[in-house]
Amino acid sequence: MNIAQKSTFVLNQRHLLGIEGLSPAEILGLLDLAEEFVALNRQIEKKQSSLRGRTLINLFFEVSTRTQASFELAGKRLGADVMNMSVGSSSMRKGETLIDTAITLNAMRPDIIVVRHHASGAVELLARKVDCSVINAGDGSHEHPTQALLDALTIRRNKGRIERLTVAICGDILHSRVARSNIILLNALGARVRVVAPSTLLPVGIERFGVEVTRDMREGLRDADIVMMLRLQRERMNGSFVPSTQEYFHYFGLDQKKLAYAKPDALVMHPGPMNRGVEIDTAVADGAQSLIREQVEMGVAVRMAVLEAMSRTLPNA
Amino acid sequence: MMVTERRPILLANGRILDPSRDLDIHGDLLLADGVIREAKRGIGAAGVPEGTEVIDCKGKVVVPGLIDMRAFVGEPGAEYRETIASASQAAAAGGVTTIVCQPDTSPVIDDPAIVDFVLRRARDTSIVHVQPMAALTKGLRGEEMAEIGLLKASGAVAFTDGAKSVTNAQVMRRVLTYARDFDALIVHHTEDPDIVDEGVMNEGEFAARLGLTGVPTAAETIMLERDLRLVALTESRYHAASLTCDESLEVLRRARDEGLHVTASASINHLTLNEIDVGPYRTFLKLKPPLRAEEDRAALVAALGAGLIDVVMSDHNPQDVETKRLPFAEASPGAIGLETMLTAGLRLVHAGELALMTLLKAMSSAPAKILGLPGGTLRQGSPADVIVLDPDVPWVLDPAELKSNCTHTPFDEAKLDGRVVRAIVAGRTVYEYV
Repeated sequence: MNIAQKSTFVLNQRHLLGIEGLSPAEILGLLDLAEEFVALNRQIEKKQSSLRGRTLINLFFEVSTRTQASFELAGKRLGADVMNMSVGSSSMRKGETLIDTAITLNAMRPDIIVVRHHASGAVELLARKVDCSVINAGDGSHEHPTQALLDALTIRRNKGRIERLTVAICGDILHSRVARSNIILLNALGARVRVVAPSTLLPVGIERFGVEVTRDMREGLRDADIVMMLRLQRERMNGSFVPSTQEYFHYFGLDQKKLAYAKPDALVMHPGPMNRGVEIDTAVADGAQSLIREQVEMGVAVRMAVLEAMSRTLPNA
Repeated sequence: MMVTERRPILLANGRILDPSRDLDIHGDLLLADGVIREAKRGIGAAGVPEGTEVIDCKGKVVVPGLIDMRAFVGEPGAEYRETIASASQAAAAGGVTTIVCQPDTSPVIDDPAIVDFVLRRARDTSIVHVQPMAALTKGLRGEEMAEIGLLKASGAVAFTDGAKSVTNAQVMRRVLTYARDFDALIVHHTEDPDIVDEGVMNEGEFAARLGLTGVPTAAETIMLERDLRLVALTESRYHAASLTCDESLEVLRRARDEGLHVTASASINHLTLNEIDVGPYRTFLKLKPPLRAEEDRAALVAALGAGLIDVVMSDHNPQDVETKRLPFAEASPGAIGLETMLTAGLRLVHAGELALMTLLKAMSSAPAKILGLPGGTLRQGSPADVIVLDPDVPWVLDPAELKSNCTHTPFDEAKLDGRVVRAIVAGRTVYEYV
């Protein structure tokens, strides 16, 4: 049974490889479509049939329970046949096996492949080798478009808009695809984006991304409407990029004291999974200003919207 | 520890030199409540606070207390070589009112708790100020950066790996980048350990004749050049810990011309001694970096005069005498210097190689400025850390009289001209020469 669909939004490109390349109108189209799925997901009967008969493959070269589960649920709720493939990177030589895998899967004629890979650009490489549609679920440090979309949806639902909001993205910007996709999307929709990190975690050239850059949390969070915290991976903490978790948390971790530098009604986000006590403390993560759980809910809705919008241009749609 | 009641002090009738503002006048200096009140002619005549101790400084020179930017003090871990207390006694006798100590202790000063320890020990046992440097990398291993932010917050004045160089350029790059965020100063010893290898003195004819493995000046210059490229890349602040040769000075000059934020120290040993002073395998002259050729020494002095070298430090590095009573190649490098740094420097002044003001600036106001410390000046309101010199009094250095725990001085039994006759810290006399 299909709910009455108000949105007739169609994504007029074969792949969703990044936010780069989406117009503001397309971004808003996806967000509006996702709103419908939020409502649907809160009903008891969640099943749709717009992807019935279609094959969706989740091809994850990098481990991820959260995003993979989110795409799986999204596909199934739309009626697709979903297959999950997790390829351990130790069993792969980079590059060659990626293409081999793509060619092999392509021969099975899937409709949509959702790909996550640890190398920037790998998803685009794979997309060139297949006939079906490809969705980027995160490639290296490059892009994670569905994350940025769900973040935008979460922001819009809580603040009513995105334009002219001040969003502070804090943490390991250098290695973060979430940061890059968010910066592009938030700028496209007219928000004021600030990044806050120690210099060792900022990419050289970050000033050219259209963001304000600061190494100080007090300055970075001033007047912020949204505080988005990024995960700091363990390997970065041991003295290569930052000296220790204690020092990182002291200067850059979000606790009540630093959150108070932002606007009183500022809201806190995190793409997950969190390192409690490193980039964010428990009181804030679980506190009244936290949107972290809602982000997860929005994730399924956004992924359903992306799949739905793409499905409308699949052959024989 | 000498605790005298603090009365106002008038240093009367002396030549007052303040390198922080190129002041050179004849007059009086009044100290009260731990700070400098004023410096001018005729303070005494106009009347001074009741109870003022008046000290006649006729024929003497009154200058800011010295700030020694590189001294190894053995606490924690090597108290048999030197304690904070004994180092402070030696310092006071040498006119050093602030010791900036090195982190290559045991344990290494790479933890805020250890910075705290040093500061407390200094507060309790030292008669001069002590400011610790903390480690650049954890354990001085050159692999992972130390907690620069927290260490600075707990009182570390700069960051160094002591006499070790960080050989991994990527690590050095990241440390410079990270330190810049905290406006933390990196002080780096520039000696490529792979080139140094087993070298024990300056590479050249003299080492060859002695049959000792040499260290080429390139070991220093290569590392310095690498560092300065990284400084340009990261736009950070950098201080070269101990330069010794002409090639390094050329590299430094180019960097300064390019506008890089680079400063440099030279040790009193490299300014006053050369490789020939090693003589018959004298291990008291075994240093790291090694003493260089006379041309290098002369170039260093000229560079100091020109302001290319900013700071003169003692590189005080006491070694257990047993580690010096060994064949040259096996002996530990290092010389003591807190007590003799100024006197040795006066040699250069007496020989006409250097102006007194320049020497004093490099030992007081320059390190104060580079490290952001309050001393090194006689400006009103500054800490009353002042020394009185007799620039000409002849004396013979008797190692038995030295206050350091270790007495291996390169100036053993030297005849010297000029020395500190009084040292005042925070407005109290902590040393008097009798």
